[in-house]
Amino acid sequence: MRVIVNGKPRELPDGASVAEAVAAVTTAASGVAAAVNDEVVRRSAWAATELREADRVEVLTAVQGG
Amino acid sequence: MGTTDDGEGLVIAGEEIGSRLIMGTGGAPSMHVLREALTASGTALTTVAMRRVDASARGSVLDVLAECGIRVLPNTAGCFTAGEAVLTAKLAREALGTHWVKLEVIADERTLLPDPIELVEAAEQLVADGFAVLPYTSDDPVLARRLEQIGCAAVMPLGSPIGSGLGIRNPHNIELIVERAGVPVILDAGVGTASDAALAMELGCDAVLLATAVTRAQSPARMAAAMRHAVEAGRLARLAGRIPKRRYAQASSPFEGLATS
Repeated sequence: MRVIVNGKPRELPDGASVAEAVAAVTTAASGVAAAVNDEVVRRSAWAATELREADRVEVLTAVQGG
Repeated sequence: MGTTDDGEGLVIAGEEIGSRLIMGTGGAPSMHVLREALTASGTALTTVAMRRVDASARGSVLDVLAECGIRVLPNTAGCFTAGEAVLTAKLAREALGTHWVKLEVIADERTLLPDPIELVEAAEQLVADGFAVLPYTSDDPVLARRLEQIGCAAVMPLGSPIGSGLGIRNPHNIELIVERAGVPVILDAGVGTASDAALAMELGCDAVLLATAVTRAQSPARMAAAMRHAVEAGRLARLAGRIPKRRYAQASSPFEGLATS
């Protein structure tokens, strides 16, 4: 299936989890948060939360700013 | 009466912050320069922005803050709507484990001025969700009061546009905000050099938040030290109570006992 991760389309296996989408863009073990279709998914729920076709996943971290 | 601060530290949302100089991290040319500047500033609270992960990024600003023992304050810089800002704040809370947020909702990229309508909307939602909200706001005393009434943990009026270095364009408004505020007032944005930071504190602000003035200075660590001293000097001057301004001179030496020819 095709999902949008940080604005770019990605092919992931059907039923892939948020954890798999996050792993596709970062290996960071902490300091990262994810949202699916504008709703935050807690890290503890990443592995159990399945994605659906065309879901929009945002994976953010802290950068220099402000 | 002491000759240092009166011992009352800066308290935001019930927590004491060990420095009245709050730093930003934007604009530093390298993590090494940033670390030196933050150390020289003596800051205890420092902002970061939230952005999409970049696998090619080298070094993390979070590592620098952790090494320096500085508390992180995520911001919502770059958000134009309440919806974007609320989502960014929630992502920051999840990523960084803090319910504090510097709330920025800007109107356009040219001025980076706050959009007051979206700002109030976002502040209401975040306060209701349990955040300690520190809103970057204009220098409008009415808006500052409304933000306090909503339940914001501080108000952060700008001195002048972000990164402009124009200093405090309307000191009168900052004084009006300070007079009425029941939460800390933090002068945020526009500081160009040390005297601007000192003036903010002389006007009665509880703290100063700045980034560009330090990170883009020719010698960031030196300017950071200057800001640290300026904030302390301005705070002391405020506590000391300045003399009133007079139209004419007032001799400081006695006229009696002068030699006469």
